[in-house]
Amino acid sequence: MSILEINHIEKSFGQAHILRDISFEMEQGQTVAIIGSSGSGKTTLLRCINFLETPDSGTIRVNGDVILDAAVDKNLTDKEKRDRRLHFGMVFQSFNLFPQYTALENVTLARKLMAREREDYKANKKAINQEIDAIGEELLRQIGLYERKDYYPHQLSGGQQQRVAIARALALEPDILCFDEPTSALDPELTGEVLKVIRSLADKNMTMIIVTHEMAFARDVADKVIFMDEGVIVEMGDSNEVINNPKQERTKQFLSRYTNEGM
Amino acid sequence: MSQIITQFPIVFEALNVGFLQTLKLFIITLVGAIPLGLVICLGSMSKIKPLKAITKVFVWIIRGTPLMIQLLIVYYFPGLALNNPVWGGGEEGRFLAASVSFIINYACYFSEIYRGGIQSIPVGQDEAGMVLGMTKSQTFFKVKLLQMVKKIVPPMSNEVITLVKDTSLSRIIALQEIIWAGQAFLKGSQGISGAIWPLFFTGIYYLIFSGILTVLFAKLEKKLDFFR
Repeated sequence: MSILEINHIEKSFGQAHILRDISFEMEQGQTVAIIGSSGSGKTTLLRCINFLETPDSGTIRVNGDVILDAAVDKNLTDKEKRDRRLHFGMVFQSFNLFPQYTALENVTLARKLMAREREDYKANKKAINQEIDAIGEELLRQIGLYERKDYYPHQLSGGQQQRVAIARALALEPDILCFDEPTSALDPELTGEVLKVIRSLADKNMTMIIVTHEMAFARDVADKVIFMDEGVIVEMGDSNEVINNPKQERTKQFLSRYTNEGM
Repeated sequence: MSQIITQFPIVFEALNVGFLQTLKLFIITLVGAIPLGLVICLGSMSKIKPLKAITKVFVWIIRGTPLMIQLLIVYYFPGLALNNPVWGGGEEGRFLAASVSFIINYACYFSEIYRGGIQSIPVGQDEAGMVLGMTKSQTFFKVKLLQMVKKIVPPMSNEVITLVKDTSLSRIIALQEIIWAGQAFLKGSQGISGAIWPLFFTGIYYLIFSGILTVLFAKLEKKLDFFR
């Protein structure tokens, strides 16, 4: 059974038809890269999956359970959205770290707030928070920023901030981690450290969807590549196949722009 | 010079009494305008179109006309036009009328500062809170509020220091604040007349008071300097 199944997603903003009949599925432990030029709808697709946008129609299934059926879930309450979107983690292009919290606090904040809903929270407050801190510290260790745990975001480089953002998303143990152009806001010399962290997650079989412009990275790390153009999936398949031997004319055209960039 | 030395104790005492009234008006304005500003701010950002329009027009009128006119209208209009002098004639009535005028006026200015603060928080902060499963109120109180406070401290400090000096406008309805107290010695009071120095001396009060506030606001800004 697929961990994620997207069926016939449609989305318009006013007159603009952004997503047209988007369907795909992925398996546990897979990494899917979504490529395509700006305005092709890839970010909107990711935002629909994360409940930041509500599709006009279509369904989203996680492990076979329908978590969104646009036909019936038009007016989800915030609480319902919240429970459902926790299947997913999201890493933004612009990091969106919380500036007034340290790296560690950024990673642990949401989980600590969530722990307050536990019945035993009052009795074990201290132990629970210590446990969450330990989890946060372990995550920072994994991304190589344990030494910077008490730094505030503005004291970290862009690459370091994005790594903290990845740890923050991982802290909630999502089934599927989504990345929206995670390196697009970074100087070229900083993209490497972020891609390395994502690659290490792929090696650990984290299930991930990555919207990216890094073609070499998509080819090497992703199991599957989806090429989108003007709101439709033009081509989709094994990452090597799509990137090295695209079948569709539009895919070839798009990829030809990248061929001179050391692929 | 020797005359000033003999006049000083009398003047000093009178100015202190006047300054107390200035201080009272200053404090009550802040106590009233800080929360009222938030209400007006929410109105001006409301999704209910008529409410938003009414609030915007109200803020435009209050910010677009001199506080001095507002003081005169608030104080005299009920008695003269409506035959209902709600404020009464005494110092207490003048203080009430001045308080109401100042609170409304400053609340409108504060509301615009708050609006700027709220709108300056990038939408990414909301979205980050959402994808992390935080509720709207958690995102507001745990993430956005402090960022907003940091953003509004400099403009608020400006307004508050302006308020220190604006309190003197209440002189127009004869509120017995410090300018009124100083001016009394110009016209003649307690055996002193034609003395200009008490009026100059009121300036010292303003300078010390606004100086203290400047230091306090600088401290607050510094305290919020740990993040950007």
